Parts: sequence; structure tokens; C-alpha cells
Amino acid sequence: MVSKRVSRRRFVAGTAAASTAFIAAPFVRGAYAAGKLSVGFWDHWVPNANGATETLIKEWADKEKVDVQIDFITSQGNKLLLTTAAEAQAKSGHDILAQNTFLPARYAELLMPVNDLMDQLIKDNGAVNATVEYLGKVDGKWLAVPATVGSQIKGPCSRIDYLKDLAGIDIQAMYPAGAPPKADGWNLDTFLKAAEDCNKGGHPFGIGLGTTSDSVDTIGAIFHAYGAILVDAKGEIVVKNDQVRQALEYYKQLIAAMPPDVPSWDDASNNKWLVSGQGALIMNPPSAWAVAKRDAPKVAEQCWTHGFPAGPKGRFAPFLPFFWATWNFSKNQSAAKSLLMYLSQASSAEKMVAASGGYDLPSFEKLTTFKTWAEEGPPKGTLYHYPNPYNHQTLSVAAAPAPHKIAEQIYNQGIQTQMAVRYFKGEAMDKTLDWAAGEIEGFMRN
Amino acid sequence: MADIAARGAVTISADGRSSLHKLMQRKSTIAFLMTLPLILLILVLVAYPAGYAVYLAMLNKGMNKFVGLGNFTFLFGRDTFWMVVYQSCLFAITAVIFKAIIGFVVAHFVHNIPTKGQRKWRGMLLVPWVIPPAMSTLAWLWLFDPSYSAFNWILEHVGLDRIAWLGETGWARFSVILVNVWFGAPFFMIMYLASLKSVPEQLYEAAAIDGATWWQRIWYVSLPMMRNIISITVLFSLIVTFANFDIVRVLTKGDPLNTTHVFATWAFRVGIESGDIPLGATVSLFMVPILAVAAVFILRDITKRGSEV
Repeated sequence: MVSKRVSRRRFVAGTAAASTAFIAAPFVRGAYAAGKLSVGFWDHWVPNANGATETLIKEWADKEKVDVQIDFITSQGNKLLLTTAAEAQAKSGHDILAQNTFLPARYAELLMPVNDLMDQLIKDNGAVNATVEYLGKVDGKWLAVPATVGSQIKGPCSRIDYLKDLAGIDIQAMYPAGAPPKADGWNLDTFLKAAEDCNKGGHPFGIGLGTTSDSVDTIGAIFHAYGAILVDAKGEIVVKNDQVRQALEYYKQLIAAMPPDVPSWDDASNNKWLVSGQGALIMNPPSAWAVAKRDAPKVAEQCWTHGFPAGPKGRFAPFLPFFWATWNFSKNQSAAKSLLMYLSQASSAEKMVAASGGYDLPSFEKLTTFKTWAEEGPPKGTLYHYPNPYNHQTLSVAAAPAPHKIAEQIYNQGIQTQMAVRYFKGEAMDKTLDWAAGEIEGFMRN
Repeated sequence: MADIAARGAVTISADGRSSLHKLMQRKSTIAFLMTLPLILLILVLVAYPAGYAVYLAMLNKGMNKFVGLGNFTFLFGRDTFWMVVYQSCLFAITAVIFKAIIGFVVAHFVHNIPTKGQRKWRGMLLVPWVIPPAMSTLAWLWLFDPSYSAFNWILEHVGLDRIAWLGETGWARFSVILVNVWFGAPFFMIMYLASLKSVPEQLYEAAAIDGATWWQRIWYVSLPMMRNIISITVLFSLIVTFANFDIVRVLTKGDPLNTTHVFATWAFRVGIESGDIPLGATVSLFMVPILAVAAVFILRDITKRGSEV
């Protein structure tokens, strides 16, 4: 028998390791992380993308000996939204539920804070962008963990050929695959000029002005680019300012260069506009390109996803995060935390991104350079700049920085798009601003 | 004592049994028991949700304070609310009028088809009514599609300008009303057809002998005989059309500029999408007084005519 002497140094190192394992134990696989857990996740558009999440959950469940029930709930027909509302009312339902944009703030009082998880994840994966922090952290409490699945940037997806032929813009040179953007000249003026040129050439840009999220997200980013805010962070209505006027003037010119029916577009209209081969540019995550790849390969080969044009106050792009939230009435909160930690690891995020063909975006700084985005095609590298790998644009959400309960209503009722359409249709600027101020005043009730 | 008490108990028990037996023999008791499942269903699925909606409508936005009628007075001060009231009335009244007229005309056509071929026509004309409206509205959405509308394709081929069917307020309102009329007219048709079939043929023969024209036969024979059915059908359709959700939701989502919202779609936008459930409940409850007033007038008229007969 060989006996080993334990040195003082070795003893200290061993004790430190054991202590770390002991402290982390209830977090990762403690006695509490057992029993049953039900999760309600967003049902992905991309075929088989749910598979990666399902596999990861099963791996975790086998390791932790937890009986997991997984439901993939579609957002079609607002089913996920209705499920969330019903569970909040009944105070019963899934332990973990996917909630998008403003929902964690809406249900802040019913969610379990996850500061401990987020502190660790930020340490491991890098910081989250300011929009995720605005939407997911209220009064110093992280209400949910930003989900990789479903989170997206709704940046421009352009036709390489139309922009080159009709507007003289080489978008691939501006946003080269595998290299930083050379987009200093890509601003709102060049964007408008390109829109007008493409319209004259019979292939207008297709940016919706309805009240659904694609329309609202785009106008939100352009308002931010002008520094145009409707309600400030303190909740004061500041609609009547020069920046808002400038943004509306800009939109008036942009609408004139687009199809006449954009005020009635919904989230499917812009996709159809691109896939049909009519449009030169839309604002969307890569789902439209993915559909084109399947249904209209010739169109897909000409698509390039890239950054937003810059405005006087900077370059802003809309970021729409999904969150994984745990209800405070969940019966297995420790298991929920353990699963969320597992799903938020870099390796898990990479699998989800690959399964979604690059559609899903992790919210953490260090997770924006997976090989999926560099390799997806055709054309190869079309998604390289989709996750904002060089942070050359500020990720934003419409109606920020207003307090959540006001911002949510500005967002969901499409106040900014309605302002743009009213002004475009000939309403006096002051009347449009008065209308918006009146509507927002109605959102102030408690 | 014990014997007396025991006898008394037996007597009481026998009385109880016999009165229970009598109670069970009564027609009203049997009727009540037979309708009990339906009553329970209505209590659970109608009365409870309605009561809960009233309760919700009296809470503040955070749902933690009772505000009485505060939400109702708040809505009275909102321009968008009055626009929704106007649109709901425009949508429901226009659609019901057209459904009634088309149903009436088509019922007469079908009534005059020989019995042998009538069943086929009845079946075909009922098709719009039996397809779930969310499905058929989706097909209409494709026909009206802003960019790929089949209607616009036809217009272009006959040299006319494209129409932004769902992008312009006037056309969008026209479109949602058109789809509602398409969906609801067969219901009127089948009700009027049933009513027409119950009009005694002798009345038409007598009118013909008196030299009545086709219009006089309709005006003086058909219409008076169909009045009650017309009233009930109009009332029923008015209620259903006022409460419509799916057609507007699928076709326009209330756009452009909120100018096609009706009560139900705006209640959904405010309550579910924007997270103000009490205000959403309040909006949906505004339908109740409007429909109650309509119901009182129409049913009073029916009762009056019933007592005249």
C-alpha cells in the first residue's frame, strides 16, 4: 500500500475545491433539484429547431433525475401570450415559461428574481446589451434569464443585386463576411436615397407601418437614431420635441418610396415581399431568407443581412429578446434555476443557434461569434453580421426608455407607426403630436 | 313513550316520502331536472365569466385596487374608444342590413326553385356559414393581400388601378363588412326560407286572384308573415356581429390607424396584448347595454305582435 503525504499547499487547494463544489451543489445538482418540472417554451418557426432544446433538457433531466414535462407553445394566434396571461391569473402552470420583450416587466411581481443566475452568467458569457437589461431587470432585480431561442435582431435583409444595380451600393463590401463593417457612409440619408432609387427601379423597400412588431421595431430604431423619445425614463410625456418632428419628416419621405399598402402590413407581409422577389430590402431576422432558401433559392442567393443605417444620434438596431422566466408560485424553483443555468451555457447556446440555422441570438457579449453565422449560406457569410459581432450598432427596443408599463402600451398599440402614417397622410405635425400625447396620457393610469 | 315516538317518526317519514314522490311527479320538477345540466353549463360558462368580467372591470390597472366605475368614466374621455364605438355600430348595423337583404332575396330565389333541385342549392349556399370563419377569413386575406391580391390582379388586367384593400380606411372597413356579410347571409337565407315555407299557399293564391303583383305579394303577404322571424334573426345576428372578433382580427388587426377595430378586437389589444386586463374587460362590457337596448326593443315588438294574434 502506498501512502501519500498531503502537503499544506495541496490541502488548501483541495479544501477550496471542495468548498466551491459544496457551495455550487444546490445550484447545480442538489437534493432540491429533483422531482417534477414543467416548462413552456416558444415553439420555433424553424423546423426541427425545438429538437436542440429538447435534447439539452433531456440531458439535464437525466443527469439531475428530474421528471421534465416540455410544452412547445406557438406564438401563432397569440397562444403563448394567452397562456402566460392565464397562468398569471390562475397562479398556476408551468414552472418555467418563455416570455418575450415586455412580459417579464408586466409580471414582475409574479416572477422569481434570478440575480444569482445572471451574475454568474454575465461573469461567464460577458455582459448583456442595454436593451436586455432594460427589459429584464426591474428595480435592481433580474426577473428572467435572456433566452437564446427566439431572441433576434430585426436588421436589414437586402438584395445584393438590386442595391448594386439600382442604388449603386455594394452591401457585401460594406458588410464583408468575416471582417468588421465598413459602413461609415451607411446612414439614414443614404438609406433614403437607396429606397427612392430602388422604388424608381421597380423594387421598393418593404418596411411595414402596421401595429405588429416588425413595423414597430423598425420605426423604434429609427426614432432612436434621431434621439426621438415620446416618454422619458421618469414617465414624463415629451412627445413635442424637435427629434420626434425630424423622425416623422424622415418617415414621410421614406413612406413615399414604399408600396402604398404598407400601413396595413403585418409581420408576414415583409417576408412575402422579399421572398416574392419584389422587394430590395426588408427589416427582419433571417426567417425570410430561410423561407426563400427553401421556396425561392434564386432570391435567397441574393440576400445579405447587415446593420442598420446610422442617424444623428447613432446607429440603432431593434433587438427583441425572449426570456425564460420562473413563476414565484413554481413548486420546483431550485430545479428551474439549475435547468436555466444549463441552457444558458455557451455550449448549449451554440447548439440552439446551429439548430435554428442562425436565427436565434444569445444576449451575451461573448456568444456572438459562433461558426453557424459565418458558415450559413447561400451566399456564404450572409448571416455573418446578423448577431452584431463588432457591436457597431446599439441594440434597442421601441418606446424605451419609458417606464415599462407605459412603454409596453406605446409598443403594442403602435403609437409611433400610427404617428408616421397620420403625418404622411397629410395631418398637420402638431395635430399628430397632440394625438400621440393624448393617447400616451391614457397609458399613464395605474 | 318510545312506541309513540317511534310511530310518530314512521308517520313523518312516510309523509316525507310521499311528498318527495309528489314533487318528483310534478312536470315542473321533471322539467327543472332535465334542464339542470344546461343551467349548470350556463352558470359555469356564461354567468361566472360575465360576473368575473364585471369584477375585473372594477379594478385598477395593477388589479390590486377597487375603482368602481372608474374604468368606464376613463373610457368616456378617450377619443379612440368613441372611434371604436362608431366602428362597431357601423360594422354591425351595415353588415346586418346587407345580410338581411341578401338573405331575403336569395331565400325567395331558392323558394322558387323546383323542390327536386332545391336541396343542392340550399347546401351550396350554406357553405360560407359552415366553414369556420377564421379559416375562410384567411382565404379572404389572401384575396385582399396588399401585394398579391387576386382582386388587384383582375383590376390590373382590365386596366384599372390597384386598390389598397386593407391599407385605406374606407376600403378596409368595406372589406371587413363584406366578409361578415358573406359569412352571415346564409344564416338569414335559411331562416327566411324556413319561414317562407310556412306561409300558407292559399294566401298567395288569394292575392293572385285579387290581381296582386309580385311586389304586392311580398309586401302584403310574405313580409307580414315573416316579421317575427325577421326580428329574431336580426336580433340574433346583431348580437353575434357586435361581438365579432375573428374577421377583424385575421383581416386587419384593427389597422390602418385603428380604424377597423370593433369592441372585441380593441378589448383584446388593450387587455391581453397591452397588459391592461381591467380596461379590456371594461371595453368588452360596453357591448352589453347596446345589445340590451336592441334586444328590449325587438323583443317588445315581437311580444306585442304575439298578443295581437
